[in-house]
Amino acid sequence: MKTGVQKIVEKYGKDKTRLMDILIDVQSEFGFIPREITVQIADDLGMSEVDVDQTISFYHFFSQRPTGKYHIFLNNSAVAYMMGRKEVADTFTKELGINFNEVTPDGLVGLFETSCIGMNDQEPAAIINNRIFTKLTPFRAKEIVRDIKEGKDIDDMIVADYGDGENRSDLIKSVVTNNIRKIGPILERNHKPGQAIEKISKMTPEQVIDEVKRSNIRGRGGAGFPTGMKWEFCRNAPGEKKYIFCNADEGEPGTFKDRVVLTERARLLFEGMVIAGYAVGATEGILYIRHEYKYLQTYLESILKAARDVNYLGKNILGKKGFNFDIRIQFGAGAYVCGEESALIESAEGKRGEPRDRPPFPVEKGYLDMPTVVNNVETLCAVVKVILNGGEWYKSFGTTESTGTKLLSISGDCKFPGVYEVEWGFSINDILDMVGAHNEEVQAVQVGGPSGAIIASNEFNRILGYEDLATGGSLIIIGKNRDILTDIVLNFTEFFIEESCGSCSTCRIIPTLLKNKLVKILNARGVKQDIDDMVEWGKILKASRCGLGQTAANPILSSIKNFRPLYEEKIQKNKVFDSGFDMNAAVKESCEVTGRVPNI
Amino acid sequence: MSQYVRFTVDGTECMGIRGQYLVDAARENGVYIPTLCNFPGVKPKGGCRICTVRVNGKLMTACTTPVAENMSVENEVKDINELRKSIIELLFIEGNHFCPACEKSGNCELQALAYRFRIMVPRFPYQFPVRKVDATHPRIIKEQNRCILCKRCIRAITDENGRSIFAYRRRSARVEVVVDPKLGKQLTEELAQKAMDVCPVGSIIVKEKGFQIPIGARKYDTMPIGSDIENMQVKKI
Repeated sequence: MKTGVQKIVEKYGKDKTRLMDILIDVQSEFGFIPREITVQIADDLGMSEVDVDQTISFYHFFSQRPTGKYHIFLNNSAVAYMMGRKEVADTFTKELGINFNEVTPDGLVGLFETSCIGMNDQEPAAIINNRIFTKLTPFRAKEIVRDIKEGKDIDDMIVADYGDGENRSDLIKSVVTNNIRKIGPILERNHKPGQAIEKISKMTPEQVIDEVKRSNIRGRGGAGFPTGMKWEFCRNAPGEKKYIFCNADEGEPGTFKDRVVLTERARLLFEGMVIAGYAVGATEGILYIRHEYKYLQTYLESILKAARDVNYLGKNILGKKGFNFDIRIQFGAGAYVCGEESALIESAEGKRGEPRDRPPFPVEKGYLDMPTVVNNVETLCAVVKVILNGGEWYKSFGTTESTGTKLLSISGDCKFPGVYEVEWGFSINDILDMVGAHNEEVQAVQVGGPSGAIIASNEFNRILGYEDLATGGSLIIIGKNRDILTDIVLNFTEFFIEESCGSCSTCRIIPTLLKNKLVKILNARGVKQDIDDMVEWGKILKASRCGLGQTAANPILSSIKNFRPLYEEKIQKNKVFDSGFDMNAAVKESCEVTGRVPNI
Repeated sequence: MSQYVRFTVDGTECMGIRGQYLVDAARENGVYIPTLCNFPGVKPKGGCRICTVRVNGKLMTACTTPVAENMSVENEVKDINELRKSIIELLFIEGNHFCPACEKSGNCELQALAYRFRIMVPRFPYQFPVRKVDATHPRIIKEQNRCILCKRCIRAITDENGRSIFAYRRRSARVEVVVDPKLGKQLTEELAQKAMDVCPVGSIIVKEKGFQIPIGARKYDTMPIGSDIENMQVKKI
């Protein structure tokens, strides 16, 4: 064990900023990270044990106790439940004889919950030993448990056919399907890799930035910062080295477009990173991918290698002296907050994914304190087309405020869940038509994931765009028969509780208080004051450092705003106060011990 | 570019040095912005959010925001003070704070802020978490019931090789500040004292030293927190 760990640490040059890679390798080799290994890594890197431990204990996919030879991580997102997750979960617990967060006594199987894994269009889904299993049913769960007990190899457990496109390729071999439903100028198939790199090699970096600025493209991650301006800031910032990060940590429940881009348009994405590198003056790019997409690793590495072979990456690209750029892949280890750009940088430096205070912004002081651009997967793909066809061409799509197209991840109660590339400016009604969801059967649409808003049919004429409904692209369609408060709002609030980094007092404490209020109302113990309290307390979160904290009350606040009757019909009309205290529950344990019955 | 910048706090003209953090610049102008996780000489982290002010209409933490020319800062305004008060209440209900029995009473910044903001009873329900007291280290006790997770000890104290002695563990509401098992054992008397001094509450206590200063003669027993700044004679630059 000792030499194995040493080898891993040496593989990363004993560099403590590569702690994430070291831990990912250790976790995958030993199945968990025992304390003696933590101590050894700390000693080898010249850190203290708690320094290493704080990173390990932060991430969901690092474990400090054995997780079983087979570890099942079953997605617990709202859409998974909508698609029958509960029955699948019950089957797993029954067949395995364990609860979630437990390992079978023989150490064979561990069963765990996990936040949205980016498969909302094919739920219920699970990750088992880094392989994806989609569209699970109780029957399929039984099969999986049977195969595990027979000791089958994980690759042999995929009995159904592989998915479409590159999912079938030898380097992926996954049952995941792309579900690309609508193709636009970004996803179109005819792109010849390298064309844009050839074009920029004849341009100056300033010309590249000007073209991107002309397109008015704004960041596709959700915040919508103008991309050209970001590049310019970074280019002008002093620093001996600069970095391009691609943020492929899409963790917003309901978002899965980046998964499809990484599977089908990885060359386009890498080309976009090269362009950004050239424009900014960076020689190193880092693609930060969420751990859930680890099944794409070998495939993506092979594409990088192929690009190096034809000199689209490497030194003196296409013979142009000093045009140097290469890309490495950095995996995360399960933390939604790492999608926040400064948390992502912290994580890539081997630390806990805690957002940084701003200023300074990453463009001034980012990765390893050097000027850094962090762009979304989709943004980087789009700039390739901007370079090839010009900023004016790009502006011909979308609206004045929101130029170009947007990739939408659409899931929930509709006929055709999947990825749609549409121009900005589509209304929710247009989209419902497109995805095969009848307006009269739709109760609500969650726009932008849990951190966005839940809207009712009276707002379905609103349009997608920075000027109206800004979104990172997740749309969850909620049918008439769903219980919004339990199925959606409670689930999303629990998601925020789990994914808080814990550093800001507000985001660490308030979501739990809100959840307790919501549960009280769901248990028919709520009064009007509880609704008012939630509205007031939710506002305090606006003082949090990052977007996660600032939006953590959105599921509750936006549902109170748009679906207030759902709350009002559950509260007690004749009471102004109810402590919510449950005497029976409080004395349950002592009653069991003493053999008495509650005397109430 | 001049080294000095002009900014206003609640309409009052102030002067600061470019790049200086807002809390520090305000202090030099006799303006108190309440802080808790901030500590002089230690890199700020903007964790507790109590120093939140409104800068040009946007909520920012004064401990991490550098002053800039023409910055317009709202500090002592109703909604900001209400926000601060609620954050202090949050910190009380999150842990188990029993002031009368605490070694730090009178020297505790959380308690002092509660008095300053006239907190009688928190609006939030007490969470009564089950937390541990770690007394395994020879010189200090880490009292988790009182820890407000401000990271002061984490940021202020490392060993001679830059290794952390205190660190966060886990995330979300489960986060805690733990002591390195090995380095905690080797903690010098000087560092142990420093750890207790940087802790704003009574979560780090040097063994056998908690009551050295009698109650009644402690820092905030006679004067509210922040009044030293507010009563300061401001020298004009």
